[in-house]
Amino acid sequence: MKLHDLAHGRTGDKGDTSNISIIAYRAEDFDRLLADVTADRVAAHLNQPASAVTRYVLPQLCAMNFVLAGALKGGVTRSLALDAHGKCLSSILLEMPLTPDHS
Amino acid sequence: MKPFRIGCGAGFQGDRIEPATDLANRGALDVLVFECLAERTIALAQKARLDDPNGGYDPLLERRLRATLPGCAKHGTKIITNMGAANPRAAAKKARAIVADLGLSLKVATVTGDDVSDRIADFILDETHQPASALGQRMVSANAYIGISGVVEALSQGADIVICGRASDPALFLAPLVHHFGWAMDDYEKLGRGTLIGHLLECSAQITGGYFADPGVKDVPDIANIGFPFAEVTADGNAVVTKLENTGGTVTPATCTEQLLYEIHDPARYLQPDVVADFSKVTFEAIGTNRVAVRGAAGHPPTGQLKVSVAYRDGWQGEGQISYMGINARARAELARSILDQRLDAPDIQERLGHLIGSDDHTRLRYTARCTSAATARLIGEEVESLYLCGPAAGGGVSKSVREIIAIASTLMPSDSVLLRSDLLGVNDEAA
Repeated sequence: MKLHDLAHGRTGDKGDTSNISIIAYRAEDFDRLLADVTADRVAAHLNQPASAVTRYVLPQLCAMNFVLAGALKGGVTRSLALDAHGKCLSSILLEMPLTPDHS
Repeated sequence: MKPFRIGCGAGFQGDRIEPATDLANRGALDVLVFECLAERTIALAQKARLDDPNGGYDPLLERRLRATLPGCAKHGTKIITNMGAANPRAAAKKARAIVADLGLSLKVATVTGDDVSDRIADFILDETHQPASALGQRMVSANAYIGISGVVEALSQGADIVICGRASDPALFLAPLVHHFGWAMDDYEKLGRGTLIGHLLECSAQITGGYFADPGVKDVPDIANIGFPFAEVTADGNAVVTKLENTGGTVTPATCTEQLLYEIHDPARYLQPDVVADFSKVTFEAIGTNRVAVRGAAGHPPTGQLKVSVAYRDGWQGEGQISYMGINARARAELARSILDQRLDAPDIQERLGHLIGSDDHTRLRYTARCTSAATARLIGEEVESLYLCGPAAGGGVSKSVREIIAIASTLMPSDSVLLRSDLLGVNDEAA
């Protein structure tokens, strides 16, 4: 099972910092996502240093916000990447496999 | 008191115009906001102003105003916009001319003061760790993200169209709410709530189903005819976000939650010129079809500092692309890349990227580099193009481009060193 099966999200960019929201479709899945989709796992999945990723939690919206400092190779004005904004990062994160739920 | 109706007619410089026209004609709005300035846009506008003293404002200003002014005039809808970019005064004169040409009678005001290029020199930039003065002639512009006071003053003077340059995006929406409801500038809960409404609306269709559709998972009805959003705001600062009937798209707690966190770092501390907004306890409730109740934002006193964006010339980017298809396509694309790596050895290539896009039997090579000089940047595309004759078999479909890189650096400036002024355009400005 992938994160995409249980959640949706959106990427934003400010300068060289990207942020990705991850929002559970169903409230009953949120605790599981909270335990599984940690800042460390997100960093590893997106090949970012763990220290660069901060997670904020909004439980009433079943939402998490991941902030990735320095993730955009200089940001939209300098980056040579095809997607210099990093708009696609949310879709890449939603490919993350979930740890099997045995509860 | 009936709800105040505020809509968004543009979320970026290149946004669609038809949904804004629809809002102007059918929305019976109190205010329509056009947010058209991204980080870099004002630097490009400043370059345009250097070429033409009457230029430097949004190139789509005339089309947007001509399309929406008749509807806005009919409903008494005021327009607030940052389409003034690097030259609000020239934009306002243009607006006055359009108003007259349409046979309307509307007052146009400018808000200026965001240009801080004359006092930025000693400020240390976050990205370069050096004072702005070290950029020398490379600096193009320096603009503070201003708050609401200038726009509120313009509205108090009776302006129907308020044109500013760099302002905090949510401030374009917060200002008319403060003016209409008479919120105090130290009522931080209300300022936080108004900021939330601005933040939710400022990217136009991103809250009505744009930047959202994921076929089979998050389907959006009739997205081709997507409507732009508006909010019905009550005096307590809470609101219902919705869109016009008979438009495409969808407004749900899911679209609202995605937009709430768009370009947000700490949701409890969204730094704005007039307030530190707190979105951490916000709730969304679907109360009807395409109607979402927004509640629970809060606010705290502002930091006393304004963000300043400094734009500077940072070299040139050159790019070329070429496609290989059919048998052994990927290997030929890889060979093309290796040829370019060898041929492009100019010392002023600072960074390069050659990557393969597509599948093994339909591969497009994109080769791009950041260079100190425009001449070297041009060479990138030229070497890609010459692969037609001097490269692997059967390369086709070359495209090439060169652009000057305008980089952005940031710093903070005390709010009290940025003085704003609003001016109603007088009769003498009409002929200009």
